[in-house]
Amino acid sequence: MTRAEPSSKVMQRPTRVILGLTAVALIAIACFMLIGASANWGFILPFRGTKVLALMLVGYAVAVSTVLFQTVTANRILTPAIMGFDSLYILIQTTIVFFFTSQALASIDPRLQFLIEVVVMATFSGILFQWLFMSGNRSLHLLVLVGIVCGVFFRSLSGLMQRMLDPNEYLVLQDTFFASFNTIDHSLLGISAAIVGVASLAGLKLMPYLDVLTLGRPAAISLGVPYKATVSAILVVVAMLVSVSTALVGPITFFGLLIVSLAHAMAGSSKHRYILPISILLGIICLVGGQAILERLFDFNTALSIIIEFIGGVVFIILVLRGAMR
Amino acid sequence: MRFYFVGIATLIGLALTSLFIGVSDVSIASLLTLGPDSRPAQVLVISRIPRTLAVMLAGASMAIAGLVMQMVVRNRFVEPSTIGTVESASLGFLVVTLLAPNWPITAKMLVAAAFALAGTALFLRILKLVPLRDPLLVPLIGIMLGGVIGAVTTFFAYRFDLLASLLAWTMGDFSGILQGRYELLWIGFIGMLLAWFAADRFTVAGLGQNLTTSLGLNYNAVVNLGLVIVSMVTACVVVTAGIVPFLGLIVPNVVSLLIGDNMRRAVPWVAISGAASLLACDIFGRVIRAPYEIPISIVVGVIGSGVFIYLLLRKPYDAR
Repeated sequence: MTRAEPSSKVMQRPTRVILGLTAVALIAIACFMLIGASANWGFILPFRGTKVLALMLVGYAVAVSTVLFQTVTANRILTPAIMGFDSLYILIQTTIVFFFTSQALASIDPRLQFLIEVVVMATFSGILFQWLFMSGNRSLHLLVLVGIVCGVFFRSLSGLMQRMLDPNEYLVLQDTFFASFNTIDHSLLGISAAIVGVASLAGLKLMPYLDVLTLGRPAAISLGVPYKATVSAILVVVAMLVSVSTALVGPITFFGLLIVSLAHAMAGSSKHRYILPISILLGIICLVGGQAILERLFDFNTALSIIIEFIGGVVFIILVLRGAMR
Repeated sequence: MRFYFVGIATLIGLALTSLFIGVSDVSIASLLTLGPDSRPAQVLVISRIPRTLAVMLAGASMAIAGLVMQMVVRNRFVEPSTIGTVESASLGFLVVTLLAPNWPITAKMLVAAAFALAGTALFLRILKLVPLRDPLLVPLIGIMLGGVIGAVTTFFAYRFDLLASLLAWTMGDFSGILQGRYELLWIGFIGMLLAWFAADRFTVAGLGQNLTTSLGLNYNAVVNLGLVIVSMVTACVVVTAGIVPFLGLIVPNVVSLLIGDNMRRAVPWVAISGAASLLACDIFGRVIRAPYEIPISIVVGVIGSGVFIYLLLRKPYDAR
C-alpha cells in the first residue's frame, strides 16, 4: 500500500496524527494526575504516578505486541490475546504455583519468579505458534476459532489447577491471579519496565524487516529476510510483552485489536514507523484517559476492562463480517 | 440393539455410582440396616437422587439442544454456548433478579428463556448478513456475540454490586441441587421429547428454506420450534445449575462420528451420551478433590474445549 508521498513542506498525515495524539496523551495523563487532587502531593504523586506508569506500560506492551503479531501472521484480525497467549501466561503462572507450594515460592524473589515465567512463556508461546501457524495452510477463520478455543482451554485448565490447590494456598495466591486495572501488581513495575525496555531494544533491531514481513512469508523470503530467525525473534519479543501486560493487569482480550485497528484507520499508511507509535499512543490514551474519566468523573472503578471488551467485541464482529462480505 | 443395551447399562452404572459417593456415607448396607427414616436414607432422597437426576436431565437436554441448533443452522460447531444463547439467558436472569427479585423461580426462568430466544434470533439475523457462509465463521461470530452480551451482563452486575453472585450463578455447579431445586429441568426434558418427535422436520429444515417449502413443510415454523426448544432448555439449565460449556457441541459431534448423521437415529444416542458424559464429569469433579468439589463447568470446560480443538483440526477437515 504505497501512497504518493507529498513532497511539499506540509507535514504528512501520519506525522500530524502522531503529534496530535501525543498532545492528547499528555492531556490524558495530566487529567489523571490532577483532577480531584486535593490531598498533599507527597501522597498523590507516588500513588497516582505508579498507576499512570503501570497503565502506560500496559498500553505500550499491548500495542507493540499486537502490531508485531499481526505483522508476523500477515493479517489484521489475529492478536496475541485472541489467539490465547494471555491465557497461556495465566496457565504457566498457575502451573508454577501448582507444582511449588506457596511457601517455596515465598522464599524466592517475586521478580525472579516473574523472569522464570517470562522465559517459560517465550518457549511455550513459540511452540503454540509453531503448531498453529507452521503446519499446513489453515484458513484465517480456523486459526481464530482454534485460538479462541485454546484460550478457553488454557483458562479452564488453570481454573482446574487453582481449584486443586489447597484452599488456604488458593486464598494466598488469589491476588496474583486476578490482577485488574484496579489492583495493579505494583511490585512488578520495575522488572516489567526493564523487560519492556529490553524487548523494545530487540524490536528496534528488527524494525527494518517489519514492513517487508507484512507482505507475507513467500514475498519476505524472496526479498532476502532471514524469515525463521526474524519470526522467532519477534515471537520472543511478543511473549515478553504479553507476559508483562498480563502480569500487571490480567488478560484483556480485545484491547490490542481495538487500538491497532483504530491506528490503521487513523494513519492511512501501514508503515511500521507510523503504525507503532500511533498504536502506542492510542493504547496510552485509552487506558489512562479512560481510567481518568471513569475513576474521576463517574466513580466507576473496574468498569474500564468491561467497556473495552464490549467495544472490542463489536469491532471484531464488524471486522470479520466486513472481511467475509468482501 | 446391543449397543443400546451397553449405553443404557453404562448410564445406569454411572447413576448408581453418583448415588453412593459423597461426604456423607450412604451405602446399600446402611440403608437396609437403618431403615427409611435414617440419615443415609434422607441424604439419598433429599440430595443424591435429585442431584443425579438433575445432572442426567441437564446433560441429555443440553446435548439435544446442541443437536437441534446444529440441524437448524446447518453447522457442526454451533450450540447454545457458541451462539450467545447462554449469555443472553444469563443476562435475562440478571435483569429479572434486579427488577423483580420476588418472582417465583419459574417466572424468572421464563424471562431468561425470552432473553435467550431474543439473543439467538439476533445471532440468526447477523448470520443473514454474511452472504458467503464459511462454516467456521458461524461459531466465530457466535462466540464474539456471546462475549459482547456477556460484557453487558458483567457491566450491569458490576453497577449493582452483583458481580460476586453473577460469578456464582454462571459457574455451572450441581453441588447446590436438593429436592425442590431442580424440578425446572423437567421442562428441558419435555423440550427433549419434542425434539425427538420433530426430529425428521429438523432434518428437512436443515436442507434449506426452498427445499423445506417444496417438501410441504413450513420452514419458519420448524426453525421457530427449534429456537424455542433451545432457549427453554438453555434457560432451565442456566437458572438451575449455571453455564455448562461445549457439551451440546461435543456430544452430537462424537455421536455422529460413531453412528452417522441420521437425526432420528441419533437423538436417543445423543441424549444417553449427553447424560452419561455430564454424569461422568460430575463424578470426576466430586471424587478428584474430595471432600471438596470442582465445579462441573470447569471439568466440562477442560474436556470440552480440548475435544473442540481436536474436532477443528481433525483431518480430513469438514465442518458440515
